[in-house]
Amino acid sequence: MYSVVHFTAGSLNMPIDKSDPDPNPNQSKASKFRWGELEEDDNLDFLLPPKEVIGPDENGIKKVIEYKFNDEGNKVKITTTTRVRKLAKARLNKRALERRNWEKFGDAVREDVGSRLTMVSTEEIILERPRTPGTKAEEIKVPGDSLAQLSKGGAVLMVCRTCGKKGDHWTSKCPYKDLAAPVETFVDKPVASEASVAASGSGKGAYVPPSMRAGAERTAGSDMRRRNDENSVRVTNLSEDTREPDLLELFRPFGAVTRVYVAMDQKTGTSRGFGFVNFVNREDAQRAINKLNGYGYDNLILRVEWATPRAN
Amino acid sequence: MRPILMKGHERPLTFLKYNRDGDLLFSCAKDHTPTVWFADNGERLGTYRGHNGAVWSCDVSRDSMRLITGSADQTVKLWNVQTGAQLYTFNFGSPARSVDFSVGDKLAVITTDPFMELTSAIHVKRIARDPTEQTEESELVIKGPQGRINRAVWGPLNRTIVSAGEDAVIRIWDSETGKLLREADKESGHKKTITSLTKSADGSHFLTGSLDKSAKLWDTRSLTLIKTYVTERPVNAVAMSPLLDHVVLGGGQDASAVTTTDHRAGKFEAKFFDKILQEEIGGVKGHFGPINALAFNPDGKSFSSGGEDGYVRLHHFDPDYFNIKI
Repeated sequence: MYSVVHFTAGSLNMPIDKSDPDPNPNQSKASKFRWGELEEDDNLDFLLPPKEVIGPDENGIKKVIEYKFNDEGNKVKITTTTRVRKLAKARLNKRALERRNWEKFGDAVREDVGSRLTMVSTEEIILERPRTPGTKAEEIKVPGDSLAQLSKGGAVLMVCRTCGKKGDHWTSKCPYKDLAAPVETFVDKPVASEASVAASGSGKGAYVPPSMRAGAERTAGSDMRRRNDENSVRVTNLSEDTREPDLLELFRPFGAVTRVYVAMDQKTGTSRGFGFVNFVNREDAQRAINKLNGYGYDNLILRVEWATPRAN
Repeated sequence: MRPILMKGHERPLTFLKYNRDGDLLFSCAKDHTPTVWFADNGERLGTYRGHNGAVWSCDVSRDSMRLITGSADQTVKLWNVQTGAQLYTFNFGSPARSVDFSVGDKLAVITTDPFMELTSAIHVKRIARDPTEQTEESELVIKGPQGRINRAVWGPLNRTIVSAGEDAVIRIWDSETGKLLREADKESGHKKTITSLTKSADGSHFLTGSLDKSAKLWDTRSLTLIKTYVTERPVNAVAMSPLLDHVVLGGGQDASAVTTTDHRAGKFEAKFFDKILQEEIGGVKGHFGPINALAFNPDGKSFSSGGEDGYVRLHHFDPDYFNIKI
């Protein structure tokens, strides 16, 4: 005998309303009806497309697509994906089968179907083999992360001069670059002073390197990079399983992201609970902060703010 | 595997026991109500109401008709498994800790804690077929060990009783006369309180778990130490697979060490060891508190663990569990 085990992942499709000033937003969802017939408001808006059930395929995945009205009155499509799985086949003997039909007693008598006393775990738990000391489980999980690939080398000891952390990143890749004030002032002022020096220097006939000549491209370049780091958003209260790809996925909808970083605890290989996301555009970063601050992600409430208190 | 979580108890779990056929799982907790669940899908069948104190352990008869439970309210009760009705109550002068039916279910061994002037003791009671004929009197009372006796079980053919407790010494007593037959060697034995004891499927050897962060495997007849399994955590519960040569240890964390260890200490796991090689095979995580109870289904294809968090987690093994090689 087997039991049906469900785990559900719901997905909610938001109605198209913000960026598209459509006078009749509800109708953009009703693709089943013809445009010409839908002039007035008191039309077939109350009708919802029928529920679709895409039956269990060979992996046992069943999809149920339902349409509903949410609290704001917008039509909403809900896709529920469940996996139907057979549990262990219990070959019960005769007595055990009889016991299966016993009546409930004690506190179980008044048990309603909704009481969630017995639930199947949503997480897949495996018998974790002991890891040999030195290897990290994260290497398999985050192949795309350049930082992880760097540390895979193992023997190299990376020391960052800005934050002083060993073994995580080189100075040029320090995520706290914009936090270290001395580094910035160095970049800021000498650019201005060197421009004047260059002018006077060339006047004397001294060699002026291309980066310091008048109209040097480099100022714009460094300015661009710095402005990028000014669009750095700090995310705190991350769960310990969160990695760079997760942050990228979470922040990408708001705009182009140049880099993501999640601080890792070297000893345990898990996240230290915070990270940084750099946007290309400041407005994207601002929108991300507005939307994601207080957002529930992996059972924790995120705190999203500017990386340095420089929100003008 | 996807464990089934059963949250029927409000308080920490103390003991788990499968019936002989492996279709029922009995759970005891500090919340006064032992519960019975179906062992395949975790559905609750019923609860046994009547105790007034934490229930420390239980045992079920071979035909799954009788349940015996020992509780901190100084009573041991006999129940009808099917209806949940109380059949008989044994009264003691101190909290009852461990109960165990003999082979044949005609006798039961019960241990009581030291309380006020009373020292801890091991009682043997005769269990009548018909509950109306049940009497209160003990067949045998053994006193002697210092401190709490956490577990006492019947030896092979009911000839002996094996006891283990706070004084870290395992003792074998004659079940007819009450004489001490053997004591475990102090040098090789446990150094701290023995918290749990489980017999092998055939009764030829047994496993003890102790707060000294180790578990030891002993021969039942000669009480010689066969194997030792070392972990990093104090061991609260032990279980042996009836099918493969695996032992499982479940434990907790010293409260004093909580702030000094890393934040992952919250993921309590049941550790699997190879019984013969003494090497760790792996761990099954998931509990939010120390694991206090472990039990293997007699068919060896599933096991359950009960924790301080009040949850019982029922695990059915994936097919590749049976192919594990070191």
